[in-house]
Amino acid sequence: MAARVDFWATLTDPLIRQNPVTLQILGICSALAVTTSLATALTMSVSLTVVLTLSAVLISLIRRHIPDSIRLIVQIIIVASLVIVIDQILQAYLAEISRSLSIYVSLITTNCLVLGRTEAYARHHAPLPAAVDAIGNGLGYSLILLLIGGVRELFGRGALFGWPVMPLAEAGGWFTPLGLMLLAPSAFFLLGGLVWAIRSLWPDQTEAPEHPPLPRTEPAE
Amino acid sequence: MTALWSLFLSAAFVDNMPLTLFLGLCTFLALSRRPESAFGLGIAMTGVLGVTVPLNWLIYQGLLAPGAWAWAGQPELDLSYLSLIAFIGVIAATVQLLEMLLDRFFPAIHAAFGVFLPLLTVQCAILAGSLFMVDRGYDFPQSVVFGLGSGFGFAVAVVMLGAIRTRLAYAHLPAGLRGLGIAFVLTGIMSLGFASFAQMAMSQ
Repeated sequence: MAARVDFWATLTDPLIRQNPVTLQILGICSALAVTTSLATALTMSVSLTVVLTLSAVLISLIRRHIPDSIRLIVQIIIVASLVIVIDQILQAYLAEISRSLSIYVSLITTNCLVLGRTEAYARHHAPLPAAVDAIGNGLGYSLILLLIGGVRELFGRGALFGWPVMPLAEAGGWFTPLGLMLLAPSAFFLLGGLVWAIRSLWPDQTEAPEHPPLPRTEPAE
Repeated sequence: MTALWSLFLSAAFVDNMPLTLFLGLCTFLALSRRPESAFGLGIAMTGVLGVTVPLNWLIYQGLLAPGAWAWAGQPELDLSYLSLIAFIGVIAATVQLLEMLLDRFFPAIHAAFGVFLPLLTVQCAILAGSLFMVDRGYDFPQSVVFGLGSGFGFAVAVVMLGAIRTRLAYAHLPAGLRGLGIAFVLTGIMSLGFASFAQMAMSQ
């Protein structure tokens, strides 16, 4: 019998130590596009966590019956069906946010994170550990999304969740928003900076250099 | 003709998939360490997008769009909610078929693609191409041009990043920035450059 799965470690590892975005390089695709505001970032985080957990449980339940040759298609079909349902729910109850998320909710289907975790973990574990792992990775993903979404909305619009935090200059306040925060490049810079910060605080996550750096030569005086 | 050409340019540069729309970033970052693998990825993306977007257009218009079943006496049938599963199925089949055809008739090209072709089945950008095609209501010529343009833009971006990262192989980077960190910063700078294309307009 396999050793008892450490549930707490499985749940909390993906927050920092094994964060799907900053260490495993999974799920970046739809992560950055929806972080222009906290509302969309939160919706995306919740949607992805729900899809991830449900698909992990489903695939874990049928894991002994999937032929190896078609396992990828089976996993994708299951995830796609769940995403269709989630998309319909969002269109029905959160129409405004669904419109601003446009196709990125549908893209959860091919999200590397969902398929990566089902392939790596849910296929080999019982439903309960698979669900815990899925929730943990969803939380790790949500953490990154909410951080970046928060910074981008705060400095790009002076608001959080639509509530004005720093009054805009046009509205008689003092804050001139940083327009760059609403454009694509800012998400890349913020994520790069976040990765740098995390790897400075937890140095075991840094990557080894591909080649030994050339020895520094002092310029002749 | 100019409308299609400007659609090609906007798909390739203004709405660049990895740099402006954040699509296909996982493979974009993973395969951009060397220009050779980046080039193979770019070619594969262009080929698969150029084939799957028009193919999915046919599937969507023929089977899934509202009113598509009017010829069978079911004009109110709207199967568009199944488009996600249909597109994924078409993409997976296309990639498989393309790989088999290339292996049989053009083995040199197949070798150039390498292992990237099967990887593209689960690429966000490929699916996004088809989803945008539906969202924006393109017709058939537009979907061909849009597919090829998006693939071309992806190829340009990934080869550029591959070239830059190769030159950083011997650089003295802070340990925390090595690998993923610097790739994000580079992509951000490239994205900033491509943002200037947003002002690009076809002169008449």
